[in-house]
Amino acid sequence: MLDFDAGKYAAFVWPAYGLTAIVFVLLIVDTLARARRWRRAAERGESEADGDDTAS
Amino acid sequence: MIAALANPRAFMRFSRWAAPTLGAIAAVLAAAGLWLDFTARPDYQQGYTVHIMFIHVPAAWMSLFVYGCLGVASFLGLVFRHALADAAARAAAPLGAGFTLLALATGSLWGRPMWGTWWVWDARLTSVLVLFLFYLGYMALDAAIDDEARASRACAILALVGLINLPIVHYSVVWWNTLHQGSSVFRADGPAMPLSYLAPLLTLTLAYMAAFGALWLVRIRSEVWRRRAAVLALRAAG
Repeated sequence: MLDFDAGKYAAFVWPAYGLTAIVFVLLIVDTLARARRWRRAAERGESEADGDDTAS
Repeated sequence: MIAALANPRAFMRFSRWAAPTLGAIAAVLAAAGLWLDFTARPDYQQGYTVHIMFIHVPAAWMSLFVYGCLGVASFLGLVFRHALADAAARAAAPLGAGFTLLALATGSLWGRPMWGTWWVWDARLTSVLVLFLFYLGYMALDAAIDDEARASRACAILALVGLINLPIVHYSVVWWNTLHQGSSVFRADGPAMPLSYLAPLLTLTLAYMAAFGALWLVRIRSEVWRRRAAVLALRAAG
């Protein structure tokens, strides 16, 4: 049976879980945003390089 | 296998499916670990605060494990000048800093009701704070030097110096008289806790490890793309 009744320790337990969730979300969001940004930059560079090759 | 993955092309092929797979494994393990966590009965001494242990201890273990990965990658980058090893070291630092921050913060939130204080300058807490400062120092140094090759060398040397701190963190509770308790899991006479606590603790540890694996691979991929974009931009400018 799930037990979420932290009683008098709620002020310590839930902030610990909340902070853990926030740090994980921040790490995931930052990691995915970084991947998206640099992947697009690399793809843009490759398409520009292909364009230059075709033009020359 | 590691030698094969040292080839960036092979690494990109491998990580393309390995990262989401590890992410899915992490999500399943986290769900199972949290279910085991909140079905465990409160401890007879610590009461409900024992639940903090299930997220604090994995974060503390990961802070050491990630620094070990950072140290090995830095060594390989420094000695063999391998670009992927350098990217792996750079990618590990923010993740390790995140785990160390969690270990410090959740430990403080556990310490206040159990010890009567948020913080004490004992050997374990202080050495973990030093570990956190090594992570921050690594990232600050990396950001401060424009020349990438010089930044990589300086960061790798700093990371290798920081390796000295890992045994200090681990053995601090043995070498010095600390308020922080000694090891409860890895003991010669077996874990000093019941299976109902060991199961969520180990399941959430595996979840943290799988999450780290997934995020690390994605961050290394980003670093490969970043360098490719930089090379292409240079070529276009020249």
